[in-house]
Order: sequence, then C-alpha cells, then structure tokens
Amino acid sequence: MEFNNDLLKSLVRTFSPSGNEERIRNLIVNEIKDYVDEMEIDTLGNLIARKKGLGKRIMIAGHMDQIGLMITDIDKDGFLRFTNVGGISPLLSIQQRVIFDNGIVGIISNEKIDDKNKLKLEHLYIDIGAKDKKEAEDKINIGDVCVYLNEYYVDESRITSGCLDDRIGCYVMIETLKSLKDTNNDLYFVFTVQEELGIRGAKTSAYKINPDVGIAIDVTKTGDTPKAERFAVGLGKGTAIKVMDKSVIVHPKVKDIMVDTAQKNNIKYQMEVLEHGGTDSGAIHLTREGVPSGVISIPTRYIHSSNETIYKEDVENSIVLLKEVLKNKFDF
Amino acid sequence: MLLKRLTEASGVSGNEKEVRDIIIDEIKDYVDDYEIDKIGNIIVHKKGMKNGPKLLLAAHMDEVGLMVSDIKDSGLIKFITVGGIDKRVLVSKRVNIGKNKIPGVIGAKPIHLQKPDERKKALDLKQLYIDIGTYSKEETEKLIKIGDYITFDSDYVEFGDNLIKAKALDDRVGCSILIKLLQSDIEYDLYASFTVMEEVGLRGAGPAAFKVNPDISIILEGTTCADLSDIDEHLKATKLGDGPAISLIDKTTYFDKELRKLLVNVAKENNINFQYRKTSVGGNDSGSIHLLKEGSKTIAISVPCRNIHSPINVMNKLDYEDTSKLLELYLRKIFEGGIK
Repeated sequence: MEFNNDLLKSLVRTFSPSGNEERIRNLIVNEIKDYVDEMEIDTLGNLIARKKGLGKRIMIAGHMDQIGLMITDIDKDGFLRFTNVGGISPLLSIQQRVIFDNGIVGIISNEKIDDKNKLKLEHLYIDIGAKDKKEAEDKINIGDVCVYLNEYYVDESRITSGCLDDRIGCYVMIETLKSLKDTNNDLYFVFTVQEELGIRGAKTSAYKINPDVGIAIDVTKTGDTPKAERFAVGLGKGTAIKVMDKSVIVHPKVKDIMVDTAQKNNIKYQMEVLEHGGTDSGAIHLTREGVPSGVISIPTRYIHSSNETIYKEDVENSIVLLKEVLKNKFDF
Repeated sequence: MLLKRLTEASGVSGNEKEVRDIIIDEIKDYVDDYEIDKIGNIIVHKKGMKNGPKLLLAAHMDEVGLMVSDIKDSGLIKFITVGGIDKRVLVSKRVNIGKNKIPGVIGAKPIHLQKPDERKKALDLKQLYIDIGTYSKEETEKLIKIGDYITFDSDYVEFGDNLIKAKALDDRVGCSILIKLLQSDIEYDLYASFTVMEEVGLRGAGPAAFKVNPDISIILEGTTCADLSDIDEHLKATKLGDGPAISLIDKTTYFDKELRKLLVNVAKENNINFQYRKTSVGGNDSGSIHLLKEGSKTIAISVPCRNIHSPINVMNKLDYEDTSKLLELYLRKIFEGGIK
C-alpha cells in the first residue's frame, strides 16, 4: 500500500473548525464520489456516504471538524479576543499562528501575567497586524473562527502536523473506501461534524441511519513519552483496538471481532484502555434502542497541538483492519 | 401588566404550574391548538396562511430557586438549591415557601459570632437556614413539608431610565415576548413551546422538540449581563441597553451560522440595536433541541439581564422591545424565503 501523502496533506490543510465543515466536506465528496453508491448531507452537515450491501447496516464514523478559536471582541487598537471552539489549551496557544477562512493570518499572544499557571484564554489575544478597530473590522467579523496554522512534516516513518485529529480518521475511511471492491454489509461512511464540541454530529446521523453496528475511527493518545501518564498505547506498535474510554465501553462482541480479525490477518494491533476522552461511538452506541459499537484508534502524540504526531505504519494497519472487519457478518 | 404577573408567579424547575396557568390563559384564544405534554411543557400550534420551514419558538417557564430539605428541632428550615444559584446572594433574602407561600427569611450566624476565617468566605448552604417565625419543629411542620419549593420574594419594580427589577426574568422575559407574538395577528405557521426544567439541565425542551420535530428553532432567553465598570471590555458578556443579544456559541450549541447571519442582516437593515453574546459559557434549550432525532438548526436571541439567577434581575425595557421587534422582522424574513 502506497501512503497517500498528497491526500493527507490536503485534508489537514483544509480549514474546517467545528460548525464550519463545508470545505473539508467538499474535499471529501470529491475524493470518494466514485467509490460510493449514494451521498447525502444532513441538517447539521454530516456527510453520509453509502456503499450498498445486503448484510448488516454498519456506520463507520470519523469526524471532519477540528478545534478552533472564535472571535468575540475587537478592541480599539485592532486586537482580537476569542473563545474556544473545542478543546483549546491556553498554554499551547501562546505564540501560535492562526489562519482564518479568508486567509488572514494572526499571532496569539498574551497580556502580561505573573503566574503562567493561572493563564486563561481570556488573557490571550490575536494580533492580525491591524492599526485600529476599523482596519481589523474590515478583515474579521465577530463570530469568525480561526485555526492553528499548520505545517505538514513527513519522513520515512512518521508524520507531524496539526489537525491529524481527526483528518487521519477521515483518511483511513477514504482509503478503505477506495480499496473496497464490493461489500456484503450495507456500509454507511459518515464524516461527522462537531465531534470536538461534544460528539454532536454522530448523534443525529446515527439516529437517521439506525445502524446495526457502529465503528468510530479516531486518534488516541500515547503513553510512550518521558514521564508520560501511564498508558499502554505507543507509536508504531500497531493500530489500537479500543476497549473503553470516557464515552463508551466497547461492545465485547465488536471488540472480539476486531481482535480476531487482526490476528487472522496478521495485522499489528494493540489494545487501548483510555481513562479520559471520547469519540463518536460514545453517541452512536446510545442511539435509539442501542447500537453495539467499537473504535479503531490511531495512536497520536501531542493531540490538540499543531504537532500531532503519528506513524504511517499504524495508519496502514488501521486501514487493513477496518477493511477486514467490515467483511464480518456481525451475527451477534 | 403581563411581565409583572409572570415574574411574580412561582415557577421553580419542576413546579411551573402557576406560570403555565397564566400563559395558557393569555394564549388560548389566539392559537389553534395547545396541549400540556407529559412532563409539563406547553406545546402550541398557531396555524398560519403562510407556510415555510417548520418553526419552533421556545422559552422556558421555570426559574432557579430552593427546596426544603430538612426541618430542625428549632423550627428552622434547611434547604438545597434548584438550578444554578450563587450561594453568596442567598443570605438575608426574603422567600416564599410552598403552595401557601409562607413567608420566610434566609438567615445565618451574625457577623459578630463568625470566626475571622468564616468572615472571609461566602456562607455555605450548611450555614444558612430559613426562619418562618416558628419556635419548634412541630410548628414548622404544620406549615411546611420537606420537598416544598422555595421562591425568592421579589416584586416587579420599574426604576431609573427604562429599567425593570424583578426575579425570574430568566426566562419570563422570553415567555412574555412569545406570548405577545402568539397574540399578534402574524400569518405564519408557528409552533411554540413553553418548556419546563431548563435550569436543571435543559430537560423539558427535549420532549417538546421530539413531539414537534422542527426544522428551525428560535430560543428566546434572558441572558447573563456583565457590564460593570471593572470588567474588561472583552469579558462583558452582554451590556444593558445595547439591544438583543445574538448567541454565537455556548456550552451546548454552535448556533447555526446562516440563521445568525440572516438575523444580523435583519437587525442592520431595520436599524435595530443588537449585540453579540460574547461568552461561550452557559447553555439553553437549544442544546437539547438541535441534537434530537436527525438534528435541526437553532438560534438564540436574548434580553440581557444583570444579576441573573438572583432575586434582583435587572433588564432594560428597550432591549425587551427591540428583541420583540427583531423577532417579528426575522420571522417575516424567514417566511419570505430567507432560509432555504
């Protein structure tokens, strides 16, 4: 399998913070349109792509949105104030460059503060180089959203970039779709919105699809860095099969199918037991009368920073695992 | 006056009947259908000649308050909060308890008897009690039962330059705007819900929206206002007198961008004062509504209220009137095809 750097690069560079997923959705539509039978965009903006089959209805979900910052105030000197759209860390934000939908670039900096531990987003501002309020207002409106400016780095084994959460999940789904010739199961690939705001798009799209099985594809953190919080997942140790996180306890039969499939096909995998965090399966498994759900995770260091780091090999193993898992009959 | 009657009625979350009765009495002659659903919401349909998207207007009937949790041998009453109340506002307030509105006062150990470190901290609920003028548990029990609701005793007063002081402006102000709209001769087909238990976690709105299944919802609210002089400009969530507050994002919703832009355009075209709600804290019924079933689009318009969630909310009458006016013009725009 050839790693599709061009695709991933364009995915992570596409501006689409939560609630503003239009651009990434268009890109994905173009990428997958020849590989699916039908596509639909629902009310909240989820992209639902179906590859028809006669078997079980399986919803595969990866979120399109990324964390961002929303402008709430413009002061007389042209500096912008903001609030978070998703999990933005004040500490990681200082001296980050940000970019708006219209291409305007700004720098995040902070008021003088004596104790950095007390740093909050309200102490930070964005400098877009405007002389005064009027000049700033010509470029930016209150309610506009920006994201960390992103530089994509790749070597033989790893990739570092912002926004891999969860464009790498989208990548795994797109590449899986491309490699599927036909399917016994009825597959719904859902590129969801507003995951970073509390797993919102998966909730409404799962209601609509009413799937028999749910599988989310998302990043998970690692515990393989100096003095990291104890956590068994590491980079390069394979695709991660989730057992639980804060949002879901994976249905044991779904988990067993994933493990069996990995073993039978010699796919390098590791088990993930995460204390924090959640993903789309958290909403899917509680939909309507309940949906047995699982998660395939891509191990990622430095999540929610502009240096999220993954191993290509883990991504490739995730694609193979997803592809093989989808061949199961899911006869519970 | 409607807003006076609405705010002076008791309606702590889960106990909205008094407010509901006023609302039904006000609207029943002006709407085609109304019902009280299984958990107490009023769901209204006002049929109109002009059809458009299925539209739901929502305001919550409930207010924050207290509940009797225990009666001491001395006859004094212990209580818990219902909804988000800053415990620092509680001491020395007048309250009404239960169906018979037994008057009481919230007391605490006097300052002379407090230890130096006690004086530095806000009094905890454990240190507060309600005195209804009895001397024994038996006497209190004749008047009060554990589980009785407690409402702030605060009358409606107009003062200063167009200001109003009352309790429960959050969200009787939304109820009042919605009632006036339903009483008007608008020709649009509308659903409205007066919801219960918003203050304890957006509970009533879910079942109401489940029943109506709207395409678009407009949430009418009283919202937090922080326009005191020692607060940095960018942290002033809203300002009194600056017009209706349009929501961007809060803890429960990323409000629909297209609906917001249309609303802002309507305000600008008609020279109506407006402001953005500059904070992302808090939430409203939209949080429940927009994620129901297959999802729907929502927007929130609020009247700024100082001292929200206390007995002395303060709002500006002009903000109220502008909110009402903006809502009506916005509906016209939507039904003229402003939203696909």
